[in-house]
Amino acid sequence: MTRELLKGNVAMAEAAIRAGVDAYFGYPITPQSELLEWMSKRMPEEGRAFLQAESEVAAINMVYGAACTGARVMTSTSGPGISLMAEGISYIAGTEVPAVIVDVMRGGPGLGNIAPSQGDYRQVIHGAGHGDFFPLVLAPASVQEAVDLISEAFDLAEKYRTVVFVVADGSIGQMMEPVTLPPMRERKRARPEWAVGGAKGRAPRRLTSLYLKPEVEERVNLRILRRWREAEAHEVRYRGYHLDDAAYVVIGFGTAGRVALSAVRAARSEGIRVGLFRPVSLRPFPTQAIRQLASQAKAFLVVEMNGGQMLEDVQAAAQGQVPIRFYGRMGGMVPFPDEVLAEIKALAAAPPSPADDPRGRWLAQMAQA
Amino acid sequence: MPAKGWVEIDEALCKGCELCVAYCPVSVLALDTNRLTPQGYHPAALVEDACTGCNVCAVVCPEAAITVYREVIPRRHATTV
Amino acid sequence: MTVSAPSKPRRKLKLVYQKPEALTDKATHYCPGCTHGVAHRLVAEVIDEMGIRERAIGIAPVGCAVLAYDYFELDGVEAAHGRAPAMATGIKRVLPDSVVFTYQGDGDLASIGMAEIMHAAARGERITVIFINNAIYGMTGGQMAPTTLPQQVTTSSPRGRDVVTQGYPIRMAEILATLDGVAYSVRRSMHDPANIRKAKKAIRLAFEAQVRGLGFAMVELLSTCPTNWRMSPIEAMHWVRDHMVPAYPLGDYKVDAALKKLRV
Ligand SMILES: Cc1ncc(C[n+]2csc(CCOP(=O)(O)OP(=O)(O)O)c2C)c(N)n1
Ligand code: SF4
Ligand code: SF4
Ligand code: SF4
Repeated sequence: MTRELLKGNVAMAEAAIRAGVDAYFGYPITPQSELLEWMSKRMPEEGRAFLQAESEVAAINMVYGAACTGARVMTSTSGPGISLMAEGISYIAGTEVPAVIVDVMRGGPGLGNIAPSQGDYRQVIHGAGHGDFFPLVLAPASVQEAVDLISEAFDLAEKYRTVVFVVADGSIGQMMEPVTLPPMRERKRARPEWAVGGAKGRAPRRLTSLYLKPEVEERVNLRILRRWREAEAHEVRYRGYHLDDAAYVVIGFGTAGRVALSAVRAARSEGIRVGLFRPVSLRPFPTQAIRQLASQAKAFLVVEMNGGQMLEDVQAAAQGQVPIRFYGRMGGMVPFPDEVLAEIKALAAAPPSPADDPRGRWLAQMAQA
Repeated sequence: MPAKGWVEIDEALCKGCELCVAYCPVSVLALDTNRLTPQGYHPAALVEDACTGCNVCAVVCPEAAITVYREVIPRRHATTV
Repeated sequence: MTVSAPSKPRRKLKLVYQKPEALTDKATHYCPGCTHGVAHRLVAEVIDEMGIRERAIGIAPVGCAVLAYDYFELDGVEAAHGRAPAMATGIKRVLPDSVVFTYQGDGDLASIGMAEIMHAAARGERITVIFINNAIYGMTGGQMAPTTLPQQVTTSSPRGRDVVTQGYPIRMAEILATLDGVAYSVRRSMHDPANIRKAKKAIRLAFEAQVRGLGFAMVELLSTCPTNWRMSPIEAMHWVRDHMVPAYPLGDYKVDAALKKLRV
């Protein structure tokens, strides 16, 4: 299999095509626009549907419509677009149809900037929209992993009849890396038994997220929740590095995890027994694996490109078994490996006490910097 | 002689809105206040013999509750409709 | 009144009209005399006459017609408020041989969904839009709509729509007719039998436009809301005739040449 040098956004787009995506609807926004541009060229070449919508509101509702026919369908955007898509995402979840959404995160809130960030963590793990539902959220740390997760995302969306997010940050979207693309998959043809497409020789089908009777809506909510529990049981994904003998564990996802890995290696060469735990599925969150590590490690260091959004999930998983230090960069700032290395050293030199407030300590540290 | 018509009103659907009553050109429809539909309305009903089968009532009925029939008359008597 | 049963004619009867097959047997939830039901019936009659029921996918709005998918005997979906044209686009782009229609109220189409309808029309999406203009928000209890007439009293314009602070009515059929992607944009009314017959012809042409691949098609239908207008059904019909028709002139605002030649 040949390796090609591809930009993250382009690689994700081509991976979706190889995974058999039937339709793409999107709206330009940096830092994901190359994904849309690639689709505008390649989808028509493959005889598939591409449309630049008038807004993210329209794009997600086009996705919704196509999803109702059983088509493989996706969109891509960045945080401001996810905010506009929130309504449609909730309808997709409520109607129990599959869709894949790529969020190439940028600095925020508001218009923020176009630099890499992980500020949408809280937004996407709850699927952005209203009501009780659970998207799957996958976070790659390299272009290759982004390609692999995109391929998987469609299968997961169909298996659990829900929204699957692939959240990359601007640096993965923009970075050129050698990747191996998967072979072109056969596009599935048989329409699922729930999909609309014209009631030819069968009873009409109706897809809706409207259940006026609370007892019926509750049954739907429970069905969605049960499917989510299945996903929780089977779809937890993470990567561990140097964890076997690790006294200290750094936890970070996506680019923050990738930067932390360089720091972990540097610290190892200085004799610090440190490892990296990198959540790949942010939902379902690898709670059990983190709890296990918490029972073994001396201390955790959580590194994020936000103000500690995942930190709260790590704290919940650790259940106070282990002291936690936090280091974050915000607003589109990407931490350097040296910064993380200094944090690891500080952690090993003076582990925090379990009673410490990791975010408060970090904020005080940032005030001095 | 005009063709004679006949209408049947589906009481499961009729909501007694009286639009058919108001627009029937020969005023042969009225609400039957002695009856209540399953939905709790007085249904429309034919009250006189002069229905022509003109279909106007069915055209205005919002509930598609009316089925209209017209007598088959020998060709030479056919009137335009 | 007490009804004396008239006698059924003795001669053989032929069927003149029966409920269309494209409607389900369900009783609608619409208020008595609301012309939403008439519009449903006309759409169903056209679908039957064109033999397209098995290819059709209907998109219900948010508004009083939110359950429309339960009343049509064909595949249906329910859109978010105002987004039906985007959803229709998604469906039509992956299933180009299907016949896709949206059914939308004036709040849905001309307020919250203005962007979606304009762009679907501008792109010339091959979809059919049935637009119910009843000058009010029916479902939420009679608030002002973008189509509410000047001085019209609603629950959110209690002293009548004041155009200085609340703006003017929007005329969608005229606006959409300015767009090149549009094959058919007309306004009809459902306030009496003659106008209902004309409305049906327009709906037929709006579906013909799609089936013939001519472009986007919309029929705006002036409709009643007896409940929120606080009128009897017949008074509401007269109110459409006397107040809405003058403000929303009936007519053909854009008709593709290929449709003009059609005899329906
Ligand atoms: C995002 C959103 N905002 C508001 C509502 C509440 N809402 C439901 S129906 C409706 C107005 C519908 O009016 P119209 O489109 O004129 O249809 P009608 O009920 O008159 O047929 C509104 C505002 C909603 N469901 N979703
Ligand atoms: S068919 Fe014509 S005449 Fe007969 S009841 Fe209906 S409207 Fe009246
Ligand atoms: S128009 Fe239809 S619903 Fe209204 S009274 Fe007549 S039959 Fe009943
Ligand atoms: S509220 Fe108005 S528009 Fe809605 S069903 Fe009743 S009469 Fe019709």
